[in-house]
Amino acid sequence: MERVVTALNSALRSLMEADPSVYLIGEDILDPYGGAFKVSRGLSTAFPERVVSTPISEGGLLGVANGLVLSGQKVFAELMFGDFTFLAMDQIVNFAAKSVSMYGDRMEFPLIVRCPVGGRRGYGATHSQTIAKHFIGVPNLPLYELSPVHDSALMMPQIFQRGEPAVIFENKILYAHRQYESDQIDDLYSRRCLDDLGEVVMLETGEKPDAVLIAAGGMVPSCLEAGRRLMLEAEIAVDIVVPYQLYPFPVASLASVMGAEPILAIVEEGTAGGTWGSEVAAALYAKYWGQLQSRILNIHSEDSIIPSARHLEDQMLVSSDNIVRAIADAL
Amino acid sequence: MSITNTDQSTDLTRGCWDPCLISGCNLRAFDAGFLGDLSPEDDFRLMVFIRRFEEALLRLFQEGHVNGTTHTCIGQEYVPVSLMPLLQTGDFIFSNHRGHGHYLARFLDPEGLMCEILGREGAVCQGVGGSQHIRRDRYFSTGVQGESVPVAVGAALGLKRSGAKHIALTFIGDGTWGEGSVYEALNMASLWSVPLVIVCENNGIAQTTPINVNMAGSIASRAAAFDVTFVRVEHQRITEIRSQLSEALEGVRQTGRPLVIEMMTQRLASHSKGDDTRDESEIIRMKSRDWFEQIDGITMERRAKIDHDVLHAIDSLVECVLAREASSWKGRS
Ligand SMILES: Cc1ncc(C[n+]2csc(CCOP(=O)(O)OP(=O)(O)O)c2C)c(N)n1
Ligand SMILES: [Mg+2]
Repeated sequence: MERVVTALNSALRSLMEADPSVYLIGEDILDPYGGAFKVSRGLSTAFPERVVSTPISEGGLLGVANGLVLSGQKVFAELMFGDFTFLAMDQIVNFAAKSVSMYGDRMEFPLIVRCPVGGRRGYGATHSQTIAKHFIGVPNLPLYELSPVHDSALMMPQIFQRGEPAVIFENKILYAHRQYESDQIDDLYSRRCLDDLGEVVMLETGEKPDAVLIAAGGMVPSCLEAGRRLMLEAEIAVDIVVPYQLYPFPVASLASVMGAEPILAIVEEGTAGGTWGSEVAAALYAKYWGQLQSRILNIHSEDSIIPSARHLEDQMLVSSDNIVRAIADAL
Repeated sequence: MSITNTDQSTDLTRGCWDPCLISGCNLRAFDAGFLGDLSPEDDFRLMVFIRRFEEALLRLFQEGHVNGTTHTCIGQEYVPVSLMPLLQTGDFIFSNHRGHGHYLARFLDPEGLMCEILGREGAVCQGVGGSQHIRRDRYFSTGVQGESVPVAVGAALGLKRSGAKHIALTFIGDGTWGEGSVYEALNMASLWSVPLVIVCENNGIAQTTPINVNMAGSIASRAAAFDVTFVRVEHQRITEIRSQLSEALEGVRQTGRPLVIEMMTQRLASHSKGDDTRDESEIIRMKSRDWFEQIDGITMERRAKIDHDVLHAIDSLVECVLAREASSWKGRS
């Protein structure tokens, strides 16, 4: 069984092998340590010139990444925790994203910022946030999320090809999770792609769905568990749509899903207020108003910082329990 | 190493306006990459040109032709004019909010710049960038103080990896030493030995805040703390500046070690447009030290003649630019 962290690591390795202009820059990423979550393990040994370990300077290292891009490189910038993207916001938003268009002619900007997000590791408020919502709506800054049902080795080159800086959020609980290689996810769920590029994945039971969940990669384990319980406990069939791209949300790829389901719910670990889900709901309402069967449900964590103690985290973070209850209530 | 950015406008004679009016043939050759000798008159003509260009912008601003704001480099024109012949085509230049002189000295393209600032057809960045956001070849400016210093470190690292003997040079003001990004960048530049050059134009003021209210210690000691070579230039004599700096810059090319240059200079005009809080007497004192008053080796008559020609050239430039259509954003995707 391959783990997500291993799949991500080999995706980075194969990209660096295939293209000598690919750099990786970040803190504590050198061997033997290989990064706080081991994603870069082995890379500095294989590519010593192109794996750049920096001082604790998040703004500075993103600046260096931007400068490397200007000098013709393709760059992965790793931030040790997503919460620290705020220290690098100027370089990400004001320099990288704006450079694509603020000089008149479009400028290609192959930069991928990678950062671990999310709770359930007990790291507390400054190391656990799900931060995608703070990046939504920045022109020329598409957002992605690591997923156990997507192949990073296929997805990441597509991001570079688009020529815009991007952020990939990596939910920490996924690193140790199994990477689903086969289309048969388990005895209940199988995988199908809803688009040509393989970016929007459908996990389905084969039954006509009573509910469809839309959730990014980090929520896949909780959604699979909720779907299983709903099926076993209440014979409710739940399909799960997993987009690799969070923003702009690929609304068009959901055409075949719309209209058949009684309940549509968007699930995310982010806390209440300005959520990713409300952005997705707005996009779906605008495109599919006439076909929707009912109001879209938004399932998210509570309006709170992320506490450290396990029981306190459990009280406010979205879990499979929340999903089960929300779907059962709605039906 | 590949350059990601294609040149947008190398054609000096794109418009109705004849660049020979300012430059004469030496400077046109210089733009094409030939670093031939510039005579004192060439230098003087270019500095006067930058000053009259900035004054024309302030006038155009008053008349309502400039949308937004504009920061002129009046008093500091000699800084880019003395530096540019020491730079090579492959060098990166990062400019800031007070960057018109940097651009003009690098590219001799007043038409593209004025069109940019006025949002007219022929603008170097289609009118999208405006005064503070210019890109051409390896020249980039941004309006966020301190942002480009770590970017320059990255560009310098890219140059180092490519094996080229080029440098990444960034202009900042004295006030910008308040930004943490500068120190993160200096630390990495020194640690990794990359060919970064910070040119600090120390005009003693940041918007309205004088340096003694902004800075503890000195720029020299900050450079020393990072083990970075430091050079201070205390005068405005171009030939001497070049001989003082050419060795230091050559050192950066050869050793790949970073360098901080502090140019003691003076901002004669307001911060942007009419927002000067300094004493009139201080400004009068600065004006008496202006390079314009201190140029050696050019007779009064020649100076008057050059200035007259430049003013004439600027008039025809303004007329040409104002006759242009509003720019269109062709690159919008
Ligand atoms: C990050 C940031 N903060 C504030 C400003 C507003 N601002 C523009 S220029 C300026 C003063 C800069 O002073 P200095 O670095 O000395 O350069 P000078 O204007 O004297 O050339 C300020 C505060 C800005 N553009 N960017
Ligand atoms: Mg200043």
